[in-house]
Amino acid sequence: MNRLAVAMFAMAAIFSVAAPFMLKPFGIYLISMWAVLTVAAIGLNLTLGYAGQVSLAQGAFVGIGAYTAALLTQAGCPFVLAFLAAGLLTFAIGWLLGYPALRVQHHYLAFVTLAFTTLVFLLLRNEQWLTNGIYGINGIARPAFFAWSTAKPLNFYFFCLGTLVVLSLATWWMLRSPWGRAFVALRENPTRAASLGIDTRRYTLMAFAIGSSLGGLAGALYAPLVQFIEPGSFALNLSFNLLLMVIVGGSGYFFGPFVGALVAVLLPEWMRVAESYYLIVYATLIMVMMAFCPSGLLGLMERLLQAAARRGQLTPALHAKKAAQ
Amino acid sequence: MASLIQLLVSGLATGAIYALIAVGFTLLWQTSQTINFAQGEFVMLPAFFVLATMNLGAPLWFAALVGIAVSVIVLGLLFKFIVVDPMLRYGVLPLVISTIALSILLKESVKDFYSSQAQPFPALVPPTDIHILGAVVSTQSLAVLGVAIITVAMLHVLLNKTRLGRSMQATAQNPALARILGISVQRMVLYTFLINAALVAIASILISPIYLAKFTNGETLGMTAFVAAIIGGFNQVRGAILGGVLLGVLDNLSAAYLSSQYRAAFPLLILIAVILFRPQGLLGRIEERTV
Repeated sequence: MNRLAVAMFAMAAIFSVAAPFMLKPFGIYLISMWAVLTVAAIGLNLTLGYAGQVSLAQGAFVGIGAYTAALLTQAGCPFVLAFLAAGLLTFAIGWLLGYPALRVQHHYLAFVTLAFTTLVFLLLRNEQWLTNGIYGINGIARPAFFAWSTAKPLNFYFFCLGTLVVLSLATWWMLRSPWGRAFVALRENPTRAASLGIDTRRYTLMAFAIGSSLGGLAGALYAPLVQFIEPGSFALNLSFNLLLMVIVGGSGYFFGPFVGALVAVLLPEWMRVAESYYLIVYATLIMVMMAFCPSGLLGLMERLLQAAARRGQLTPALHAKKAAQ
Repeated sequence: MASLIQLLVSGLATGAIYALIAVGFTLLWQTSQTINFAQGEFVMLPAFFVLATMNLGAPLWFAALVGIAVSVIVLGLLFKFIVVDPMLRYGVLPLVISTIALSILLKESVKDFYSSQAQPFPALVPPTDIHILGAVVSTQSLAVLGVAIITVAMLHVLLNKTRLGRSMQATAQNPALARILGISVQRMVLYTFLINAALVAIASILISPIYLAKFTNGETLGMTAFVAAIIGGFNQVRGAILGGVLLGVLDNLSAAYLSSQYRAAFPLLILIAVILFRPQGLLGRIEERTV
């Protein structure tokens, strides 16, 4: 099982580096989008999968990050600073939102964060002096690092991939630390976690703020990738989609967001034939999945592998029994 | 003053519709811990059942009855057996996700199979204006208010004055004890789903003449219903009514006197304030469940 995981991981790594060389520009754009959305979904997975809180605000944080990065770079600020600013600002807003919102749990939180997303959308749309309203911001430049410009799609993809790798390693490290283990304890058994002296509220808040900041960082990548941002891109739909990505991939699995974002980016392209019926099919698939396997694709894979392993253990015993007869 | 009366009446009318939606929402929550994220789409859909029936040549009153009946079957019966029941054993979260998916499914289905354009929807009464104290009040607002009040009154009688209603209350308050007393808990839960479906269908018929029937209608309606339920107290039918009416009036007043651009923001700000300062809602009690 472990060897299988390593093999699959290696294949995915080789593929993610080699694939863009075989793709047309639009294909490269798609996998760049995958990398960007994965960052946002990893953030949401912290909140949902590890701390067990349903948030519908991740799309809004991506929006805040995207607008921060776009406005700062257009004002002449270097991209690295704009990128960090997007992360810090969304961390702060996530903390401020989480403070009152985490008084309520689960579905209440879902609606409070939904309200937040709508508020952010209204602000982006109505505050024209800052955001240019419904016309959005055009011609966002891709950054250059010394002599290496990311203006070309291929270069920008590797820039996104590199950022994804760095951020996911950081998240991995955090989840392995005592700190991250406290997150999991929150989800599994909040009462026990509290009785062990873990300040549950503080840790949930921290998970929420870090998750939000990953959303902001993803937004800072989204702006130069699409090079055009408008309020509609960050309305409720994006938050729903990010939530569904985490669920489809498998919430609480480290690689869940990677798989979920891949499905969400590729499925519409594969289902071009179905055209507008695509969303109907997608929604139906999710409902079926929730009814039969709420732990997502990775959960399904784990279940199948376990079943296969059990059969593998049984078969020799059965053979021995037959031989004895 | 005259315009204030006008705004109050139309606010009360929309508020009464919000209240119907919010009441259904809280009923589902109380008896089966179902948070229906698709509640807004549940209100959007029945209008299209009615329109489809009218396209076959039926008069409005008959189409409305067919619409309510189809809603009770699709949004009550089928919703419970196909979507909610298989999911309940996993807890609240998968059901939340599933109803989110359901809301997308309903929205897209209407868009693809009926129309993506806003459809005109016939009013219940011919729209004329009545002059009261110098204010112009439309008969439509009064009709909406009347139907909503009758619906709520009937629901009140059902829940509080009949044996069935008392059994439903018992189910909400303590399912285990209700079962011991010989109440079929499963059947009571099913009844609340049917009642919710009827309530959203009525709300749909009332609101569609005002907003036109469009596949995106559910987005704001579902949110408003939830905000109304929270403001009033999630565990109280009375609370949901109060919350709905309050929101309708505030919505109209704020759009007129404060800012129409941020009209949609006021309910959300109220929601955040209520959650901060009075999480159990205006009429709610902490950790108690009553119908």
